[in-house]
Amino acid sequence: MKADSQRSFQTGRFDYGSFFFTGVTGLATYLILATLAVILINVLVNGWSGLSLHFITAGTENGMFNVDKAGVLPMIIGTSARVLLMTIFVIPVGVTTAIYLTEYAHSSSIFTRIIRGAVNNLAGVPSIVFGLFGVGFFINFIGHRVMDPMLHPNNPELIVWGKPAIIWASLTLAVMTLPVVIVATEESLKAIPQGLREASLALGATKLQTIIKIVLPQALPGIMTGGILAVSRAAGEVAPILFTGAAYYMASLPHSLTDQFMDLGYHIYVLSTQSSNVDKTAPILYATVVVLLLLTFTLNLVAIFVRAQMRKKLRALN
Amino acid sequence: MKKLISKMAVVAAGLAVAVSAQAGTITVKGSDTLVILAQKWAEVYMGKHPEVKIQVTGGGSGIGFAALQSKQTDIADASRKIKPAEVAGCIKAFNARPTEYKVAVDGLSVYVNNDNPVKELSLDQLHDIFTGKTRNWKEIGGNDAPITVYSRENSSGTYEFFKEHVLKGQDFAASAQTMPGTAALLQAVSKDKNGIGYGGAAYGAGAKALGVKKDEGSKAILPTEETVLNQTYPIWRYLYNYVNPALDKGEIQTYLNWIRSEEGQKIVKEVGYYPLPVGLQEK
Amino acid sequence: MANKEVGSKRSVGWMGLQRGHHAHPLEWIVEKGIFAVSLSAIVMIFLIFLFVAREALPIFFGQLNSAKVQKVMSVAEMEKLGPAELQAYLGLTPEQYASMDTETKRLLMEVKLEEFKESSQDKDATLNTTSWRNMILPHQWSGYSKPEYIWQPVSEIQKYNIIPLLIGSLKATLVALLFAVPLALGAAIYVSQLANARAREWLKPTIELLAGIPSVVLGFFALIVMASVLQSVFGYQSRLNAFVAGIALGLAIIPVVFSIAEDALTSVPRSYTQAALALGSSKWQAAWKIVLPAAIPGVFAAVVLGFGRAIGETMVVLMASGNASIVSWNIFDSTRTMTATIAAEMAEAVVGGHHYRILFMLGALLFVVTFVSNLVGDLVIHRLKHKLEGKR
Repeated sequence: MKADSQRSFQTGRFDYGSFFFTGVTGLATYLILATLAVILINVLVNGWSGLSLHFITAGTENGMFNVDKAGVLPMIIGTSARVLLMTIFVIPVGVTTAIYLTEYAHSSSIFTRIIRGAVNNLAGVPSIVFGLFGVGFFINFIGHRVMDPMLHPNNPELIVWGKPAIIWASLTLAVMTLPVVIVATEESLKAIPQGLREASLALGATKLQTIIKIVLPQALPGIMTGGILAVSRAAGEVAPILFTGAAYYMASLPHSLTDQFMDLGYHIYVLSTQSSNVDKTAPILYATVVVLLLLTFTLNLVAIFVRAQMRKKLRALN
Repeated sequence: MKKLISKMAVVAAGLAVAVSAQAGTITVKGSDTLVILAQKWAEVYMGKHPEVKIQVTGGGSGIGFAALQSKQTDIADASRKIKPAEVAGCIKAFNARPTEYKVAVDGLSVYVNNDNPVKELSLDQLHDIFTGKTRNWKEIGGNDAPITVYSRENSSGTYEFFKEHVLKGQDFAASAQTMPGTAALLQAVSKDKNGIGYGGAAYGAGAKALGVKKDEGSKAILPTEETVLNQTYPIWRYLYNYVNPALDKGEIQTYLNWIRSEEGQKIVKEVGYYPLPVGLQEK
Repeated sequence: MANKEVGSKRSVGWMGLQRGHHAHPLEWIVEKGIFAVSLSAIVMIFLIFLFVAREALPIFFGQLNSAKVQKVMSVAEMEKLGPAELQAYLGLTPEQYASMDTETKRLLMEVKLEEFKESSQDKDATLNTTSWRNMILPHQWSGYSKPEYIWQPVSEIQKYNIIPLLIGSLKATLVALLFAVPLALGAAIYVSQLANARAREWLKPTIELLAGIPSVVLGFFALIVMASVLQSVFGYQSRLNAFVAGIALGLAIIPVVFSIAEDALTSVPRSYTQAALALGSSKWQAAWKIVLPAAIPGVFAAVVLGFGRAIGETMVVLMASGNASIVSWNIFDSTRTMTATIAAEMAEAVVGGHHYRILFMLGALLFVVTFVSNLVGDLVIHRLKHKLEGKR
């Protein structure tokens, strides 16, 4: 087959153009894959030995640059906590917006197009700008100007909310991942056959009942995919949390919404730029990278799997 | 006698109540240079006084001062002296100058690559290199090769200290590469045989610390504990703690005194900085 | 479309809110709620721009003055000033002023003097470095031998010329595009047109897996591994430079460019290829001469969106670019980008100060640049799909 396709239809001579063209584009493809493989293998080979039960369950109480004793539990907890909080904020808003876009809005109306444009643009805003937004809006405006004076008017000097905190980092990330959730949910809502909705309406259910009882349960895998994709995107992001909540070092775990937190991605940045001896601390640096990659890749793979299942179902239904 | 004892008991009980009422958390915030040391202090101290909780966060000297001004922290760690503008902010916030405590000594080393034949430089030569006047190693007795200057990010106290004391306030050369941390800087120097950079006491294969001469005539001195402590090594600095004087009582005072005691200063050495001269220590 | 048909048989509510048979008042409220929440995306875009730009407004309008030298008074002169003057001189709010005793005010006067003594009698001390002129045009600062573009925000005279940062960002982005676009485009053509169905099945998700590598990991890899390897291959002088950062940035945008280009190529109707094959062209000729030209706006959109992504990427350039704020178009010189500058300097900038506001201005600039590139990219893709579907 392969040989045939490289022979021109008319002359039967060897087709150099095809050989060259396929070769170049194929090379580009495999070069990308090779780079990906090099990165992953390099990280795994160097990081695997540093990975141990102790590393995952220990904190930094013996110094964060101590190769034998340092662990990343506080960072794992910090990253999980901020991502979990983010999910709580982003899923309801994202899903509701997607419901509006698919179930209520006319796809051609100007209004819908503006929303779609906004969603697309939100996805393209640089993550560092989200970080600035977190500082300008959440910390300085909501926290400092609104919440602090409201919650303790007698003590104007006290600042509880108007400073970097895990809740502001999570909210910033929630705004950042909003498009991911909207797009994924929309996709899964569209995959549900129109007949299902019509059948429900025909039986006398109202539109809202149809959405809640028929459409949403069907769309659940898609919503989950959106959530997982958002989580995997947010888990590795460092730029938006640099000034909205991540701490260089903390002795204790965050125990309230207004505490700062340590973070896996930020810890990688810290380890690769500020340790007192890069060569000596390289094992914990690599091991931390492996932990973060395992986390984001697992989430990505799960999302890809769920999504593939969903598409299969969609194909079967249509 | 009995009366005295009962009186003492009452006083003791009163003190205990006062202490437990005060027993909250001491928050410490500021310089990344100091954060590991501050953490070690906090740990040892909490081990001895389980009733005290100490929370340590880094971020940078400026962050510590900002937090002090907005009363978000009890103690601000700093690797540089407070600036007048920051003092003004503190006065606006709590009507007094913050109290300054010297808590440790740090020597700043100048690093070059191991393969670099240059072993010592004077402060003037360093000034010229880092401001970009001297651009080739052969001008200062090295190989014929361009100098690559590595500096720190301008948010670090180290940057400001070096700028003020070695560059005499002048700007770093624009071509200086700025590294986000001492580790990145040291790694860069160890990989670049024409590189030069500065930083706190850090260790890395491939880079060495230079001897520094106060001026052309004097002897070059390597940064060691002895030379930093007897102040013959010219580039050294104090590390500071700042505190709102109104809070400098009770537990916070005890803690700050303990840091500067012989016991606290022993930890300074373990972490890699230099203890205060005995005259400045708390007895 | 199907929605509309259903709607046309029933009453159509306000702004497209369609109702079922027995719409309940509560449902009406819930539906209005859904509508309100769906506005969130628009509101967020609006808020982001509003709050990032708000912090930078005084810069845009040139209302800030960073001049160091102002009139300074000795402590004794305090008595001569009226309360309003004193309050303005010390920079206090009325509440602060009212709550302060004389002793504290005297303290502030002293500090003000100290501040004055520390600021040198530099010839540039009277200069407003936050004016547009000084942020864009070169200036001969004291201590420099010729007019230069200088970014030195922590200095006695703070210098905020943004030209080195703009050039730095563009340089790194350009390298990233030069590296990523040919590779991603080649891969997109291969995967969508030439590879067989089974290979396509695993190639696409695998390449998109690259997007799953967090940028801090790419930055780490560029800093620790790639920088040394590339230096020993190309033998340039500074280890960290626009080239290394650009290649790592390229890795970050390959999945973006690839996905969009592949999507555009796939959306070209099958009939185009089939017609070409039937006329006797081979598979590659159909791909090169028929499909690619038809999808060229999509490729353009992919490049534009890749540009937006690359110029906004932070951690990679922060770690791998060397961060020297020099004006040079040599890609082997180290470079300082806008994003890295914000990331590195924001933490210590005093809230509301000049430096803080200028960093926000850089953020607003980034927002506008990426917003425009997104808008262009989206429009082009939209048009393309419309055209291709219309012809089908």
